[in-house]
Amino acid sequence: MATLSEGRLAVAMFEEPAALKPWHVKLRDMARKQPVGVAGAIIVVLMVLMAIFADIVTPYDPLLNSYEYMLAPPDGNYIFGTDMLGRDVYSRIVYGARTALFVGFASAAVGGILGLILGVSSAYFGGLFDLIFQRVMDVFMAFPLVIMALAVVSILGTGTENVILAIIVPFVPRCARVVRSSALQIREIPYIDAAKACGFGHARIILRHMAPNVMAPFLIMITAFVGQAILTEASLSYLGLGVQEPTPAWGLMLQGGAEEFAESAPWVAVFPGLAITLAVFGFNLFGDALRDVLDPRLRSSQ
Amino acid sequence: MKTSFTRLAMTAGLGAAVAAGGIVAASAEEPKQGGVLRIVVGSKIPSYDGHRESTFGMIHPIRPFYSLLIRVNPDDPQSSNFICDLCEGDVPTATNDGKTYTFKIRQGAEFHDGTPLTAHDIVATYNKIVFPPEGILSNRVSRFAMVEKISAPDDFTVQFDLKYASPGFMPMVATPFNFVYAKKDLERVDPEGKDPQYGMKWHQNNINGTGAFSFVEHQPGSHVLGKRHEKYHHEGKPYLDGFKAISAPKMSVRIQAIRGGRADIEFRGFPPKSRDDLVKALGDDITVQESAWNCTFGYAGNQTKPLFQDKRVRQAMTLALDRWGASNYLSKIAIVKTVGGLALPGHPLATDEATLKTYYGYWPDIEKSREKARELLKEAGAEGASFKIWNRAVDQPYKVVGTWMLDQWKQVGLNVEQVVVPTGPWYAGLRDPDAFDVAIWPSCQSVVNPIVDAGAWISKERAADNRGYYTDPVLDEWYDQMNREGDPAKQAELYRKFEKRVLHDEAHFGQVLWWHKINPHRSFVKGWKIAPSHYLNQSLDQVWLDVPDEERKQRTMDELGG
Repeated sequence: MATLSEGRLAVAMFEEPAALKPWHVKLRDMARKQPVGVAGAIIVVLMVLMAIFADIVTPYDPLLNSYEYMLAPPDGNYIFGTDMLGRDVYSRIVYGARTALFVGFASAAVGGILGLILGVSSAYFGGLFDLIFQRVMDVFMAFPLVIMALAVVSILGTGTENVILAIIVPFVPRCARVVRSSALQIREIPYIDAAKACGFGHARIILRHMAPNVMAPFLIMITAFVGQAILTEASLSYLGLGVQEPTPAWGLMLQGGAEEFAESAPWVAVFPGLAITLAVFGFNLFGDALRDVLDPRLRSSQ
Repeated sequence: MKTSFTRLAMTAGLGAAVAAGGIVAASAEEPKQGGVLRIVVGSKIPSYDGHRESTFGMIHPIRPFYSLLIRVNPDDPQSSNFICDLCEGDVPTATNDGKTYTFKIRQGAEFHDGTPLTAHDIVATYNKIVFPPEGILSNRVSRFAMVEKISAPDDFTVQFDLKYASPGFMPMVATPFNFVYAKKDLERVDPEGKDPQYGMKWHQNNINGTGAFSFVEHQPGSHVLGKRHEKYHHEGKPYLDGFKAISAPKMSVRIQAIRGGRADIEFRGFPPKSRDDLVKALGDDITVQESAWNCTFGYAGNQTKPLFQDKRVRQAMTLALDRWGASNYLSKIAIVKTVGGLALPGHPLATDEATLKTYYGYWPDIEKSREKARELLKEAGAEGASFKIWNRAVDQPYKVVGTWMLDQWKQVGLNVEQVVVPTGPWYAGLRDPDAFDVAIWPSCQSVVNPIVDAGAWISKERAADNRGYYTDPVLDEWYDQMNREGDPAKQAELYRKFEKRVLHDEAHFGQVLWWHKINPHRSFVKGWKIAPSHYLNQSLDQVWLDVPDEERKQRTMDELGG
């Protein structure tokens, strides 16, 4: 059973008065306390900017085939070299960030929100519903993320939309399980009983009174999901089951170049590989820092 | 003796077996006996039955267990020079106005189980291939449409009676999928009494041939092992004690297997970059044989869809493709190379370059060609039209060339996407006209036989593999005429008309580039010559290993236990 102090901590997280420090001071403090997290945030922000301003920061059309420059090594014209169809690897990586972020955010957001609603509902209703729902989640969670995504994409077919769906399906039970454990504590806090006593409907209690109070683990999980989604999308594309040519996507770039040109044109595989690594690394660092900041237990221990 | 087709032998260039640093000269060395050849195979074995299957995944590991009635000369596989395998003497010429072929069958040939071969085995085999009973799949039955009757006047004579004289007949007999089975095996009775066609299906899961090697084992997903057939009918052969066909679906694994010495050869073909990497790494230890490849790589707009019913759209699509440019640059990264029409470039029926350059899509000036394409699209009201290509999830050459095609069509304002699906669903989609807009349409044949192979481009009602889903009675008529035409000149004239209609006038099919076969192998593998098809020259009876005696013995010990 949850104690009063735990309830207070959970509520306190969202009810702390707004800090009066200016933003740059807050940022400096944050950088001092969470240097690794800030590094992660910088990577994420850079990636987002890169995706938004891809048209400006790339010298070439990522789809433009230049057959006279096929497999050109990195130089002044093509800083990351060109691929086997003479396309600029740098431009494709920058545009690839769009694909990665679109798939990452879309699947993390949809999967996370569905998981949030289902997880809180499960905790709120409890009893037989919770029991059956959790066993169903157990079935889904028995499959590793990539295997489940592979199964879904095998049924639905390839393409960006189907890849997003394929990643959402395994995300939902993972999110629901974590959110449920937090929501179980919230459910025991008297204000939920008070809300019931006031005659509020289930939907209102779940969405307006419980869900906002599990935001901390939810946000942490969402951040981690974005990194995982990018990795899963890259894996599916690498296996030929994700987005399709000529769409610039990092996993697809790896698939096209890694095996055949590993020796003669390593840049074809190295740069997309680095992009995937950096992006996932950035989101993971950022997610860890967010957890440290938002998790009251970790915060109080610092 | 050579057939009439032999005289239509490939011109120079087609037959060139080019080594990495020079020409692979015909070996004058004395073959050495012994050892086990290790090959890598990149596809699974759907069944052991050659009559039923059409994949190299079956031919490469299973063909060495079987013989054919006639075969392409293993010492001259670039030609259509046929020699007897289970027949005796010279390949027969037709009698009775080209309507009868009589084969004398070799005496003393034995199946691996000890059964002596007779003409009745050949008749039973060809009856299964040409006149399969209902429920038994024979993959090439439509191409034997000219055959009326197969009979055995005596124990060592086989006679084929044709409905009409057809120059396509002998190349069909030499097709490497026509494994000769024992009559008694085809007549086997189901021990459980359930399946009346048990014997006809027996070879799907069992092997008993007269080939150079007898079956030892098949570990699915791992390997197929064969050992020397001591009573093989070609004296002194095979030179090897055995062969091991190692299953390796991933190309990178196959390349590394050869590089690391775990395999000696791969018979399908590697892309140019892999060839270069192997040559760079292994130097003189690797030999590369290259050849034109009897595989077309093309596409077809699905004519059940309104957009592709307008021939101006189809003509614009072919006009947009820079084939001559692609021949230079795509050949550096993909297993395609040669610009050509419907017949394998170099074959006497192939269109000469000057004529080809008058067809839509073959103009040397690509800018002029694309201007015409834009004009036709505008006329047809199809400017900026959108469609999807139905492509196979195999890099070489499908995805590489497919992605190139997207870029080419984009340059005339077409809006094209690619749907890439695994092999199974891809084939299933090709059979469903509702599934795709434009299909990638490859066609790989074994023996070079353009007249019969042209059957792929006739009306959908007659050609099961027509991916454009069109009906064209004019093509059907010309196809029938050229298949019955005995005069090579008239036949060539019909072929020209047929080809021009397919590629230019109606643009039913867009031939992009012909494949190019590259086979790097360990230099000690001797006696194997590259053919213009990955199905041909796979009996392995003439292959030997030029390694020290000790190494050959060791290989035999390792694989066959002595």
